[in-house]
Amino acid sequence: MLKGKGIPIFITFLTGMIMIISFFIPHKPFGDIEKISLTWYSIIAGFTMLLGVDSLIGMHFRKLKRKDENWFFSLVLIIGFTATVVVGIIETVRFGTAFDERSYFTYIYNYFIVPLQSTMFSLLAFFIASAAYRAFRARNFDATLLLITAIIVMLGRVPLGEQISPYLPKFTEWIMQVPQMAAKRGIGLGISLGALGVSIRIILGIERSYLS
Amino acid sequence: MGTTIGVWIAAGLTLFIYSFLYKDNPFYKFAEHLYVGITAGYWIIYTWAYVIQPMLIDPMIKNKEFILIIPAFFGIIMLTRWFPQISWLSRWSIAFTVGMGAGLGVTGAIQGFILPQVQATLVPLTGFNFETFNNFLIIFGVLTTLVYFYFSKEQKGVLRWGSKIGITFIMVAFGASFGYTVMARISLLIGRIYFLLSDWLKVLR
Amino acid sequence: MNFFLKLSKIDRRFIYLFIALVVVLPLILKPKFPVVVSKPVQDVYDYIEKLPEGSNVLISIDYDAASMPEQQPFLEALLRQLFKNKLKPILIVQWQLGAPLGTMGLEKIAKEMGAEYGKDYINLGYRPGYVAQMVGIGKEIRDFFKVDYKNIPLDSFPMMKNVHNYNDIALLVGLEAGATYLAWIEYAGGRFKQKIALALNAVSAPDAYYFYQSGQIVGLVGGMKGAAEYEVLVDKPDLAVAGMASQSYSHLVIILFIILGNIAYFIEKGMKNKEGGK
Repeated sequence: MLKGKGIPIFITFLTGMIMIISFFIPHKPFGDIEKISLTWYSIIAGFTMLLGVDSLIGMHFRKLKRKDENWFFSLVLIIGFTATVVVGIIETVRFGTAFDERSYFTYIYNYFIVPLQSTMFSLLAFFIASAAYRAFRARNFDATLLLITAIIVMLGRVPLGEQISPYLPKFTEWIMQVPQMAAKRGIGLGISLGALGVSIRIILGIERSYLS
Repeated sequence: MGTTIGVWIAAGLTLFIYSFLYKDNPFYKFAEHLYVGITAGYWIIYTWAYVIQPMLIDPMIKNKEFILIIPAFFGIIMLTRWFPQISWLSRWSIAFTVGMGAGLGVTGAIQGFILPQVQATLVPLTGFNFETFNNFLIIFGVLTTLVYFYFSKEQKGVLRWGSKIGITFIMVAFGASFGYTVMARISLLIGRIYFLLSDWLKVLR
Repeated sequence: MNFFLKLSKIDRRFIYLFIALVVVLPLILKPKFPVVVSKPVQDVYDYIEKLPEGSNVLISIDYDAASMPEQQPFLEALLRQLFKNKLKPILIVQWQLGAPLGTMGLEKIAKEMGAEYGKDYINLGYRPGYVAQMVGIGKEIRDFFKVDYKNIPLDSFPMMKNVHNYNDIALLVGLEAGATYLAWIEYAGGRFKQKIALALNAVSAPDAYYFYQSGQIVGLVGGMKGAAEYEVLVDKPDLAVAGMASQSYSHLVIILFIILGNIAYFIEKGMKNKEGGK
């Protein structure tokens, strides 16, 4: 009984309904129940951050133990992880919070996480340029339209476009605010209606895939 | 001194990652794994500093808010996913968060998205000027795009034409998005190169 | 003709090198480009200019280092405007890896403008469960943020004494790298009628234009270009303006790549058609 899906489906229904009812009747007792539930949600959601960390570290520990081909890099990962946690604990004791601007934890953030993360994402600039060169072809009417719009926007949104013609940025702004906006709104409404349907199905217990 | 060393470390790691552009190599792999490891460690300290300490431990110790044992319990049983025999318990906390999310989603989508967006599409079509033309395009574009994504009925006749025009609007939108994506990626590269030239090599400023 | 075909099969590393050059050279040579301000950006600036002195502005850091070059210059320009107009920023964070970036920007500009922590500005850090938090702040911000980012009780800061919920916040400015802004609009905006301005990464900026048209946001700053416009508005050209020449030339080069690629494509197609005809 405890292990089945009955209790979770009931919890989902109950919490979902509380949120909906308290929206329409924000007075006692619903308003207070909502208030408490929202804080609890925040706390519980905080624990999910720990879930991914364990499976990641566990995987690399196993790789290291088995001396897999790239075990050295798993070692780097584990050392990076351990060192950050240790520094974080020491600095928490020293400053009351590891997030103090003077702490070595902040140092790790500034000189390791920032360059690594931002450089990783900046690689995409090279890849998108190469992809534009190799794959962006005017194969048919639709593709040509996409390509022409992209070129206009790319020119119209940078200062160079303003030098070519003052009308180019204006035309770009028109594209953004009229035809592209209309299509995005259509797509947005479609997604939102879909999400609404899924939410209702979840609350009513019809959609249960999140429990598997 | 600490800053100088930091800048050199950051520059070194930046170049390690860029070495991938030549080909995949151990320097890149080193930087990549270091990134993942450090970030995972960061999450742990983060969860402590911004969740467990201020939202659970301190309120319980300082303000005697022992009711917080309930969300703490739900949070901890979320972690039972690590132990197959009792992992079924984690479904309770997942159910709590999913239920809340769905409940909030229903009212949020209707009040915060669907109604105001439909309302904003009902723009006036009076007068014979550029604004009326734009308003017409907005209504027409939204409707035909919706028709394009309407799969419940076979697309014949008016529906077929509607969806054909819809795809034209969608292509303009995708083109604009592509242009903006190029812009975003280049900006990130500018940021990194600026760092190398200015903070590290001190060529700029 | 062969030239274009050969060119289309060029090693991708040459393309990479070319892109790197068109970014590096303008940064060093610094050609001047005038930055013209667009309406959605001007609207954000004007809205803030009209806020009465002492108003609280909630800033949400919803980005991380991956989009730092797009968002950090805007954050700094925005803070300059806020401090200059004696408005009070309250910083919160929805993206875990972004918290120190928010702190860095806030401390830098506060020092530059002579603002005092707890009196003129405050930094509340991160809390999880973003949707719940956005709805919860509508009731009482202390339900989530009893303490600031250094664990000091909120009530010990003079500027927070009368801040409880969205009623006490004149404007919410979201600095957004993903879809978190949707929740701000649906919950803070939809339910609590909170006025919102957004600074979005260029990748997501086009998706938010319909909220601008519907009046659900007061204005929209898109990408590094938007940040550059804002730097011009606050009369302190900085990193984003410095990047505009590289941005311009890189776009031009990518457009040339697309054109060259297409010329090769049509030549190849023509040749295939000819062969087919034989």
